[in-house]
Amino acid sequence: MTDLDFARSQMALSLAFHIVFAAVGVGMPLLMTVAEALYLRRRDPVCLDLARRWASGTAILFAVGAVSGTVLSFELGLLWPQFMEYAGGIIGMPFSLEGFAFFTEAIFLGIYLYGWDRIPPLLHWLAGGVVAVSSLLSAIFVVTANAWMNAPAGFTVVDGRVTNVDPIAAMLNPASTNQVVHMVLAAYVATGFVVAGVHAFFLLRDRASAFHRHALGIALGVGALAIPLQIVSGDAISRMVAARQPAKLAAMEAHYHTQAGAPLTIGGIPDDAAMTTRYGLRIPKALSLLVARDPGASVRGLDSIPRDEWPPTRIVHWAFDLMVGAGFAMLAIAVWAAWLAWRRRRVPDERWLLRALVVAAPLGLIAIEAGWTVTEVGRQPWIIHGVMRTADAVTPMRALAVPFITFTVVYIFLSVVLVYLLRRQFIETDPRAMPEPRSRRGSVA
Amino acid sequence: MTIEDRLGAVILAALVLYALSGGADYGGGMWDLLASGPRASRQRAAIEHAIGPIWEANHVWLILIIVVLFTAFPPAFATSMTALHIPMTAVLIGIVLRGSAFVFRRYDARHDAVHRRWTTLFGAASFFTPFLLGLCLGALASGEIRVVDGRVASGFFAGWTTPFAFACGLFALGLFAFLAATYLTVDTEGEPDLQDDFRTRALIAGVVLAPMAALTFVLARNGAPAIFARLTSWWAPWLVAVTSVCAIGALLSLWYRRFHLARGAAVGQVASILVGWGLAQYPHLVIPDLTLTNAATASSTLHALQSALTVGAVVLFPAFGYLFYVFKRPGSASSSGEVS
Repeated sequence: MTDLDFARSQMALSLAFHIVFAAVGVGMPLLMTVAEALYLRRRDPVCLDLARRWASGTAILFAVGAVSGTVLSFELGLLWPQFMEYAGGIIGMPFSLEGFAFFTEAIFLGIYLYGWDRIPPLLHWLAGGVVAVSSLLSAIFVVTANAWMNAPAGFTVVDGRVTNVDPIAAMLNPASTNQVVHMVLAAYVATGFVVAGVHAFFLLRDRASAFHRHALGIALGVGALAIPLQIVSGDAISRMVAARQPAKLAAMEAHYHTQAGAPLTIGGIPDDAAMTTRYGLRIPKALSLLVARDPGASVRGLDSIPRDEWPPTRIVHWAFDLMVGAGFAMLAIAVWAAWLAWRRRRVPDERWLLRALVVAAPLGLIAIEAGWTVTEVGRQPWIIHGVMRTADAVTPMRALAVPFITFTVVYIFLSVVLVYLLRRQFIETDPRAMPEPRSRRGSVA
Repeated sequence: MTIEDRLGAVILAALVLYALSGGADYGGGMWDLLASGPRASRQRAAIEHAIGPIWEANHVWLILIIVVLFTAFPPAFATSMTALHIPMTAVLIGIVLRGSAFVFRRYDARHDAVHRRWTTLFGAASFFTPFLLGLCLGALASGEIRVVDGRVASGFFAGWTTPFAFACGLFALGLFAFLAATYLTVDTEGEPDLQDDFRTRALIAGVVLAPMAALTFVLARNGAPAIFARLTSWWAPWLVAVTSVCAIGALLSLWYRRFHLARGAAVGQVASILVGWGLAQYPHLVIPDLTLTNAATASSTLHALQSALTVGAVVLFPAFGYLFYVFKRPGSASSSGEVS
């Protein structure tokens, strides 16, 4: 592997690690404020218990998300200094705004976590609401910066020099809206399903638990509402990619030859040398229908792109299929759950549905990882689409294997510890064994 | 004052606030590792109690410094992250391990062995992270990082491998330890024995700080000649006077147990040291090649950033005020309702 490969691997690793905490960091505050709102309305102590327990989970995840996000902001410069020198002035704005959103989030999360009996209940709940809104804003700002890499706007290049910089136009680039909506929904879907899966697991053991029933109801509600919207958003974003990044779309669909009435290829093994996809399932004219709403429309294939501008077809195609497959699996479960809930008029707890929810728990996070693989690997060889190549952006630093291996070891270690700690938070302790709100500080020692 | 100067001032102000808040959190971690005597576990509890609700918000100052730097002065960001790749990567490892260890310790079981391991990790990272940050600031001031045709020409070891940079790192450690111990004398009001522990620690750190400052100053003559030369400007004697008054005032207040006064004086001391460094560095971001002017990006971005920072400040300072009001007002130390 070259230093460029190590730099890309380190960035991919850092993003893949951070995105889990970022997504759950958007979703969890919503769940915990919903639970606390239910408590404030109904005075049901189970809901308070739930809000506190979810808050503990959020605290652990937020801390790791905060430090891994810090790593990323430095790595932009440590690994891609030429990119930052070029793009910092154009697209730094949303990062600055995200800084303030993150400040607000950190401040009010501190108030929420440590303020249970220090501020009035309504103010406490509002603090949670501020955390939910500011984490959403953080996600919006940071995704606009990524969207700019796919659809650069807000500047002109004259004789190789950047001029006419308009940071607002850069932020509101053509890809922003689609990408922001897709990521925010993804965060709610993933959090909803992963939390629903955890509580479904406990309901299978103890079907009388009001605690887990409430938890399942809230989490499943959020996930099941978000997933159909996410499918619609996915359709919109893929049509935008077809228009703006034909190479990325062709790689996503393993579509080699420009043709009218293009088929949709699902699965299979793309072969760049032979320019064909073996063993894939082909649905005639479906790709044209999806991309142009016209079964006879022509769709550009990889043959219309210079060979040195192809993204790695296999990775992008498989990641795309994985994301779409996970999305439709979750949609099916959501429809099933909604049907049962409508028939029974309560939180559904059929044994097979609960089992399916346990199995589906990681699907949202898998879809997020796969989706980011599609958008990042699919943009290659560009770091800024059509403007700057990744190879021209990398640091002149050598021996990048060293930091890559170091961060890999650290992140694996943290993942193991986290899984262990979250298990303890939710599995090995009885939810009713929470400390009383009035516990004295002796408990800290 | 040009807009470049104003944004430079924002970076300096954020750096001062980071030192006063996040820096003290590092210091808290150091005293956590060094907790000793019959009250060691109570010392740790007081430290955890003091930094628990606020450390994440305090940490965001560092992120703000980074994003303002790369938005307003992209070449300075690219240059410093290239030339200081090695120590900055180590800083990141320190930040990750420290934050994770702190929160893991809090939510982990209280089994002694595991608990002690998190404590050791948290404490060790609290030492080496600020040391490396001080080292990096020293490197930017050294004048050894050179830029030719927009590329770093001085390699990956320039600036930070000098005695001056090491002295800066040690000085940062001393400052943060002093600051944290002084803050903790106020945080432990109502527990006189703990307060005495931290008073002793603050006095020791404050006294040790004097020779460290002198050493850094002497080494600057060769290690950072540009900075050293600027210290003969008209403002330098005033700043030295203010710093000295604050330093002596802090020590005397600690001695006479006027802890609130001591905290104020320590804040003044740290702030005036950093402001002095900023003035001596002005107008350079990376001495000698990158200045606030030649590293600035398009003026449209600078103005948009200035507006964003203004709006952000309007949101931020009341929110911070509320956070500190809830957790740091007199009497707030006596009860806590955290979920542990």
